[in-house]
Amino acid sequence: MFYREAGDFKTSYAEDAQTFPIKFDRYRYYFVMAVGLAILPFAVNDYWANAVFVPFLIWSIAAIGLNILVGYCGQVSLGTGGFMAVGAYAAYKLMTSFPDLNIVFVVILAGFVTAAVGVLFGLPSLRIKGFYLAVATLAAQFFLVWLFNRVPWFYNYSASGQISAPERTVFGFPVTGAATAPWAQYAICLGFVVVLAWVARNLTRGTLGRTWMAIRDMDIAAEIIGVNPLKAKLSAFAVSSFFIGVAGALFFAVYLGAVEVGEAFGIQKSFLALFMIIIGGLGSIFGAFAGAAFMVLFPVLLKNVLVGGLGWPTDLAAHLELMIVGGLIIFVLIAEPHGIAALWRTIKEKLRLWPFPH
Amino acid sequence: MKDMKDNAEGYTTPDGRQIGGVLMEMKNITLRFGGVMAIQDISFDIREGEIRAIIGPNGAGKSSMLNVISGFYHPQEGEVWFRGARRPTMRPYEVARQGVARTFQNIALFKGMTTLDNMMTGRLTHMKSGMFSQALWWGRAEREESEHREQVEKIIDFLEIQHIRKTPVGRLPYGLQKRVELGRALAAEPELLLLDEPMAGMNVEEKEDMSRFILDVNDEFGTTIALIEHDMGVVMDLSDRVVVMDYGKKIGDGTPDEVRANPEVIDAYLGVAHD
Repeated sequence: MFYREAGDFKTSYAEDAQTFPIKFDRYRYYFVMAVGLAILPFAVNDYWANAVFVPFLIWSIAAIGLNILVGYCGQVSLGTGGFMAVGAYAAYKLMTSFPDLNIVFVVILAGFVTAAVGVLFGLPSLRIKGFYLAVATLAAQFFLVWLFNRVPWFYNYSASGQISAPERTVFGFPVTGAATAPWAQYAICLGFVVVLAWVARNLTRGTLGRTWMAIRDMDIAAEIIGVNPLKAKLSAFAVSSFFIGVAGALFFAVYLGAVEVGEAFGIQKSFLALFMIIIGGLGSIFGAFAGAAFMVLFPVLLKNVLVGGLGWPTDLAAHLELMIVGGLIIFVLIAEPHGIAALWRTIKEKLRLWPFPH
Repeated sequence: MKDMKDNAEGYTTPDGRQIGGVLMEMKNITLRFGGVMAIQDISFDIREGEIRAIIGPNGAGKSSMLNVISGFYHPQEGEVWFRGARRPTMRPYEVARQGVARTFQNIALFKGMTTLDNMMTGRLTHMKSGMFSQALWWGRAEREESEHREQVEKIIDFLEIQHIRKTPVGRLPYGLQKRVELGRALAAEPELLLLDEPMAGMNVEEKEDMSRFILDVNDEFGTTIALIEHDMGVVMDLSDRVVVMDYGKKIGDGTPDEVRANPEVIDAYLGVAHD
């Protein structure tokens, strides 16, 4: 009854174009932000941070990044894992080469390095489309992982071939390294998520976002109204890779702490990110969050229910988890091919009319 | 009417509109696809403020001609002159930036976007804010969004599509989609508007609406229009001058009355054995 535009008059175009035009949505958003920023940092313990919130937040950034490329610009990519590795190794090299540089800048710079690499591997998109482009980005995935495995300079000639994050602090609190408190891990990831999600929303609702969607929906018509396909596609690759690079840097520095490239950033990570945005909803920022939540949180929930709740053996639960998650993916895609975000939109449409549907 | 073409100052139409000088001129255009001659040595001009029709039977090369004008095809021979200067070989987006907009025979809207977003995309050539300004939604990007929205709203009013402003265009009926596509082209504020069969597949009422919009666009915004259309009644009523093509050749050029009286045109439409 309270979920509708009626009575909420917009008197300027800026108001009309805002992200949450309905009052109830706006308050819901403020509520989530308040809980996330003011309550959760004091409530998270080690388990909640490491099993739930930190991976969810980091994967949300990666999913938003991939969604910009695949969902908004229509360029399929299977190179997410490789680009996350670029972010991680760029962060590692920056942390070890410039020990005084603040970790926040390290992560942002790692994002820019990844953006440059992403543009390079985005060049084939000017000639090839669809599945063929996916195969070309797959080459990026394998090449990058091979590169970080084979060239010792990237892992500072360490004997194990691993990279591990030294301790860095923000405002005096360690956020990387062994001494990091769970709330600090959570807080820095949340900070990046909030800012980057806002940036992604701004980019996708403005001129740049419209050029991307124009390329996605009808590239010939896009060109005829003045879209330069070269600029549009490469900017999508750049922005997308920036997000994925930041996610990779955080994944390595804040979440894992130590990384072996083939294991942490293999092809399965590329698929995981792609599943997230397909299930969550292509071309939607909310969809990226929903997809990340589904793929990260659902297995954790299932494990808790099966092992913790029903007392089943862990190995049986692990196998069942794979089957149930796989089945659910198929179910979601059949029930709503456009993902959870579309489901959410339908619910909102219904809610606007409730309880008088006619 | 040879003298009309040579008159640099333009001419006055029977209904009293003043037509200006030459806006675009095609000089001896020849376009081949392998061995197929799509366009053979065709020359004609489009004058400022006029409604110029290109007609001809199916396969005559009309759409190819439009594609040459909008930069999709690059003719092997001949020159395109725009605003008194020879146009170098250009990509379609560069042509768009010169002030040429077009619609397509099969609707080419961005189906996943709303009517408003489609038309805002049409204003792309006028937008100048950079990526960082847009990322922070601050300064120029924010200002620009509202300014261009105002321009787009004018066109939405003009085309009477206020009620579908926020509907994704994929959900709209055919006639409205055609109107939105016209709106997207108009949003660019073009000097020259190319319409590829704007009335294809429409019923009489929709055709009447579309004809009215085309005349109003020409009248209110002073936009020069070049259109391809199969409905002879519409073409003869709307246009100031008509180019007739058949098998890639130009067989007639002049006012609707002249073209109607041209024996070659009658042959092409009624059918005469070609050797």
